[in-house]
Formats: sequence, C-alpha cells, structure tokens
Amino acid sequence: MPAAVQYIIIPLVKVVLIQITLLIGVALTVWLERRTAGFIQDRYGPNRVGPFGLLQPVADVVKLFMKEDIVPEKANKFIHSLAPAISVTIALSTIAVIPFADPIQLFGSEFKLQIADVNIGILYILAMVSLGVYGVTLSGWASNNKYSLLGGLRSSAQMISYELSMGVAVLGIILVNGTFELDTIVQNQAGWKWNIILQPVGFLIFLTAAFAETNRTPFDLPEAEQELVGGYHTEYSSLKFALFFLSEYANVIVSACVITTLYLGGYQFPYLQTFGLSPVLVSILQIITFLIKIFIIVFFFIWIRWTVPRFRYDQLMVLGWKVMLPLALANLTITAIIVTLLK
Amino acid sequence: MENIQLILYTVFGVLAIFSAIMMITRRNPIASALWLIFNFFMISGLYFLLRAQFIAIIQILVYAGAIMVLFIFVIMLLKLTDEKKLSEIMTYQKITAILFSILLMALLVFTVYVNFADKYTEISTEAETISKAENLGRELFLKYAFPIEAIGLLLLATIVGAVVLAKKKFE
Repeated sequence: MPAAVQYIIIPLVKVVLIQITLLIGVALTVWLERRTAGFIQDRYGPNRVGPFGLLQPVADVVKLFMKEDIVPEKANKFIHSLAPAISVTIALSTIAVIPFADPIQLFGSEFKLQIADVNIGILYILAMVSLGVYGVTLSGWASNNKYSLLGGLRSSAQMISYELSMGVAVLGIILVNGTFELDTIVQNQAGWKWNIILQPVGFLIFLTAAFAETNRTPFDLPEAEQELVGGYHTEYSSLKFALFFLSEYANVIVSACVITTLYLGGYQFPYLQTFGLSPVLVSILQIITFLIKIFIIVFFFIWIRWTVPRFRYDQLMVLGWKVMLPLALANLTITAIIVTLLK
Repeated sequence: MENIQLILYTVFGVLAIFSAIMMITRRNPIASALWLIFNFFMISGLYFLLRAQFIAIIQILVYAGAIMVLFIFVIMLLKLTDEKKLSEIMTYQKITAILFSILLMALLVFTVYVNFADKYTEISTEAETISKAENLGRELFLKYAFPIEAIGLLLLATIVGAVVLAKKKFE
C-alpha cells in the first residue's frame, strides 16, 4: 500500500464516514429526545414532518438557516463567532480515538475501525473534555450580557469541579487495565469481564460527571431557563445557536461512546469470537452491538433529563467536591491496593 | 515522511513564536489568554513531532485545559478592561529594560547555538520508548521518588498557604 493512501486517504475516508454517522446520530437523538419528552409528559411530540415526525430535525435546521443572525452591538464580535465553532470542533473531534470493532482484513491488508489508534487514548479524551468548557465560557463572556456571563461562569466552575472526579474515576480503569490504549481496554473486556463489574463505583462517578460535563439536566445550570433566560447562549441566534445545539447532542453521543468503551465492554458481544463466524461478519456484528449500547446510554441521558429536576447551585458544588471527589479517591485507593495485592 | 515532519515543524514553530508575540502585545486580557492557549497547542504539536505523545497531551490537558480555564475565569470575574496603550506607559527605564532583555535573549540563543548546533540533529531511536507513560512513571517513582515527593509536599504547602491567605482576607 503506498504511503499516501495509508496515511492520508484511508484516515480521511474514515473521518468523513464517522462524522457523517455522528451527525445523523445527532439528528436522530434530537428527534428521540422530543418524542420521549412527549411520551413522558403525556403528549405527542413532533409527529407531522415525515413518518413519525422523523424529518423534524431537518425542518428545524432549515428554519434556523432562514433566521437572521443577530450579534449584540457591544459584543466582542470575533470571540462571539469563535465560541460556537470551538464547541462544535471539540465535540466532534473527541470521537477520533473510539474503536468501533476488531480490525477488518480487506484486500490483503488490515483496517482498524478507529480513526486514530494512539497509545494515549484516555488522556486524549480527558484533554478534549477539559477543553470543552471554552466554548461555553467564551460565549458567555463575549455576549456582553449579564445572564450569559453568569451562565459562562457557572459552567466553568461546574466543569472544573466535575472534571476532577471524572479523571480520578478513569484512573481506576487505567490501574485495572495497565494501559491508556482504548483498543487494549476493550480487548481486556472480552466475555463478561466488563469494567462496570470491576469498577461499579467508578462507573457511577463517571456517569454523573458525564452528565455534568455535557450540561444536561440535572446539571444544566449554565443554561437554567428560569433564572438565566438561556444562559450562555442567550445572545445567539440562527446558525450559531444551531452549532451550540449540535455540539450539545454530539457531546451526549460521544459521552455514550466513551462510557461504553471504558465500562460496558466497548464493541464486545460476549463470546462472539467463539461462535465460529467469518471475521467480517464478526466486525459487522460488533459495530451493531456498539450502536445498541450507545443507544441505551443515550436513551438513559434523555430519560434522566425529563424525570429529574435541576440541582441548586450550592447543592451542585457540595455534590462535586464533598461527595464525588472523596468517593472517587477512595475508589482509586482501594483499586490500587487490590491491584497491588493480586499482582 | 522527513519532508512532512520538516514542514510541520516549521509551521508549529513559526506559529508558536507568532502567538507568543501576539499574546504579549494584545490590549484585551481575554485576547492575550486565548493567544496563550493557541501557543500551548503549537508547543504540544512540537512535542508530538519529537514522539513525546504523553508530554504533548499533558501539555494540553494541564495547561490549556485546566490552568488557562482558571485564568479566563479570574479575568472574567475581575472584569478587567483594556490595558493602556504602549505609548502611554513607556518610560526611559522601560526602554532600557527592553534593550537589555533583547541582549540577554541574544546571549541565550548564541549559547544554545554554539553548544548544541551539531549535536541532537535527529530524534533518538528510543524516543518512543523513553517517552511512554509506563517508562516515565517508572523513572519518576523509582529513581526520582524523593524529588517527586518533595515537590508534592511543596505544592501542598503552597495550596495551604493560599487558602490561609484567602481566608484571612475574607474574615
């Protein structure tokens, strides 16, 4: 295989395919969220555009295209436009290190179903999560509006607080598996050796922190409608608002991917390799398994949003610093002791 | 491959210097902070080219992801306005200081150039092994265990000190 094909064309094809799938996933998640909300609140939800209202997201995007793009007069114009771009870029680039299936053998060469197989996969995800806060914070500051600024400040405080617990929870996974490579971590979870069984407390902490990092209810204080109008995106309209919307749902899907990869066995279907199927079929089944696991987590995110009320700000901080962080540290200590004893 | 590396090195290097200059010349503190973040990304790119993946990602995770978020947080809370223009704050003392800084910079560049120009022209073949997190951890926690613990204690003392100072001010 020539170097140009191997290093440029194949990764490019993978990037395009995965990003398109992710964007379609975002549209479907928006639809699923609105339908589920309708079901939970005993009403219909969107059901007019297309079959079951499935084309509603398309109609929404067209509507947002048509809207006037308003920038406040006293806003910092450049940063006001930069912030949604940062949000989307970071939301979409986190998926680069997620493995989707075992490598496929095609035309005599091996293809990895993962955009970038780096030996620092987990750290890359944590880095991207920690950068996600910039989009929200900068949009809040650049809008020159007190509600936006408060939303931005809340979100930076919230994200810093929950990032810590998230990082410490992930350390447990690293200790158990002894590697940063996501592919190896998934391989180690073959059969029923899922990390959720080895690290139940870590899983709960990571899940809670994921809710906080994606600004979803019960942690959606940065945009709490009743107090802050719309929070950090109060002053955004048209496509810039659509970009924030897109990044929120992309973050939900990517979090579901990360949770699945780290704790729920990734693309592994228990004992699939022992059935004696052809390798290509195994890979396809693994992709389907992965998608089903992601769907379950995404549905869980939506379910929580429409059933649990929002935290108060002080409750949020107490939970983050006085409950989750000590719990994560205890989990880490106990894991370290057990790993050392079993060695 | 060699060519691609050279091109990337040039791009990252030039952009790193450019963003550093932009960082110190902006009047708006938020703009300065953003240029500094951009600078960290370029430096991280340089680390990647040296095959030091771990340090590169830690650069982004710690500096861009944590420390700069706090910087921006503080700037937003303090509601800083634009800095004064250069012509308004220039004194003879400052001009002299700038001249001597340039002199010091030239001296440093000269020293580095003379001593290292011919050495270290290519990346070590063991770069990838050395920079792996496993090996870094082994070195840090076995060979350099005492310095690491000492630094940890120092940092803890600093944090406790900061908390005590902040508490005194609010009481």
